Amino acid sequence: MDTYLTRTALWYGGVALLTRDVVRNIVLPRKYLALVIREIDLMGNRSLVVALTAALFTGMVFALQTAVNMARFGAETYVGPVAALAILRELGPVLTAILVGGKVASGIAAELGSMKVTEQIDALRTLGVNYIKRLIVPRVLAALVVFPFLTVLADALGVLGGLAIIVLERGADPYAYWNVTTYWVLPRDFLMGVVKSVFFGFIVTLIGCYNGLSTEGGTEGLGRTTTATVVHVTMSVIVSDFFLTKLLLFLLW
Amino acid sequence: MAPAGDRTDGPLVEVMDVHKSFERTEVLRGVSFALNRGETLVIMGGSGSGKTVTLRCVAGLLRPDAGRIRVFGTFIERLSEEELLPIRRRMGYVFQGAALFDSLTVHENVAYPLREHTSLEEEEIKERVRHFLSLVGLTDEVLGLLPGELSGGMRKRVGIARALAVEPEVLLFDEPTAGLDPTNARLVGDLIAQVGTRLCDTAIVLTHDLDLTRAVADRVAILIGGQFAALGDRDEVLEAGHPAVRAFLAGEAH
Repeated sequence: MDTYLTRTALWYGGVALLTRDVVRNIVLPRKYLALVIREIDLMGNRSLVVALTAALFTGMVFALQTAVNMARFGAETYVGPVAALAILRELGPVLTAILVGGKVASGIAAELGSMKVTEQIDALRTLGVNYIKRLIVPRVLAALVVFPFLTVLADALGVLGGLAIIVLERGADPYAYWNVTTYWVLPRDFLMGVVKSVFFGFIVTLIGCYNGLSTEGGTEGLGRTTTATVVHVTMSVIVSDFFLTKLLLFLLW
Repeated sequence: MAPAGDRTDGPLVEVMDVHKSFERTEVLRGVSFALNRGETLVIMGGSGSGKTVTLRCVAGLLRPDAGRIRVFGTFIERLSEEELLPIRRRMGYVFQGAALFDSLTVHENVAYPLREHTSLEEEEIKERVRHFLSLVGLTDEVLGLLPGELSGGMRKRVGIARALAVEPEVLLFDEPTAGLDPTNARLVGDLIAQVGTRLCDTAIVLTHDLDLTRAVADRVAILIGGQFAALGDRDEVLEAGHPAVRAFLAGEAH
């Protein structure tokens, strides 16, 4: 129990220190901008299909369940806004962060972890290279672009998926559905999800980077790191989502 | 020009009573030595004696728990990672496993420090990479290969070429001949001796290879259980009657 608590405290401390280092080194030299573009390309390509497929099916199933059950209260007219609010405020950013985050962060952890165990990170350091600027900051900056971008696409596809299923399955009028939805859903609902996705992108990438950098114990350690990263990312998104929602509700209503 | 705080007249590296523990294991228990310009110090010791930890402290990769380390006249043990970078650029570190960047070709590996720290044209970088590779006895044929496609001896030599590319004032070799067959080990030993006379005359070499020690050392230190059992001129130490030294040498030689 004692060692578990110590390990947990060290992990949180380590992530906090890495956050400080990233903030301190956030300004990159011009020649590193190509690295950011490369990371955006890699992250986006790796996760686009996963994120969008999940968004489409979640949107459809959410609308379907809501329609069937709200019909019991005679409130089926409100399926559109309810589904859209859920997708824009929660499902879009959270699902994207968990799916894309798990994939991206475990990839980063494996990559940096193997560099760590083969002393390539130390090699960079001995060559006088700032490894935070070279390896960590470009990945974090890329995530700050990719996560909101994917979330916006996921939002759009989720809402359209809901619309499609209600029209096809429940015979609703698409114009009426759309009108009720746009009447009730406000720009700030959309904004809340996007703000969340920026935050998720930041912590998810940091966790992947920290776990990679703190890998120990050769190939076996590398395997442990990659698996642990998926769990860390999922938990951190789910738990921080609650606190972030409280904060954003306070700030943005 | 030497940076502020540089004392070019004193030793390049001074290690003063350094202690370092990992969890509950004390690896270094008061290590002290000084390395003057133009000198090669070989630190001998068995596996787990603390050789690599000592070298990593000198390069600022590890922070000692106690004691002081002065490199190029600057105390480094409390410097931040950013403050250490300009000091590290003046050293060349050759890792035991070479630590080449495995997604980059040999050319890109050796060119790496040049691309990072200089604004040289691509043509000039190519020229320099060829030059450093020829110094370690490698030809143009390896330029496009990935580290995974090289033999252990070649990897070590590329590692040395990459360390030389920063034009270091001190070279740090971690077990340069470990894991090599006798021919390659001799080749790398000759190379270190050659580098010492032609390019960078100050070095710390970690090894348990007696032949290598005889070939390159000016001074020898024997590290046993995190402390120096002996430190002095090569012949003096290797011939000394210190029981710990004798025990170590006998163990290593047979």
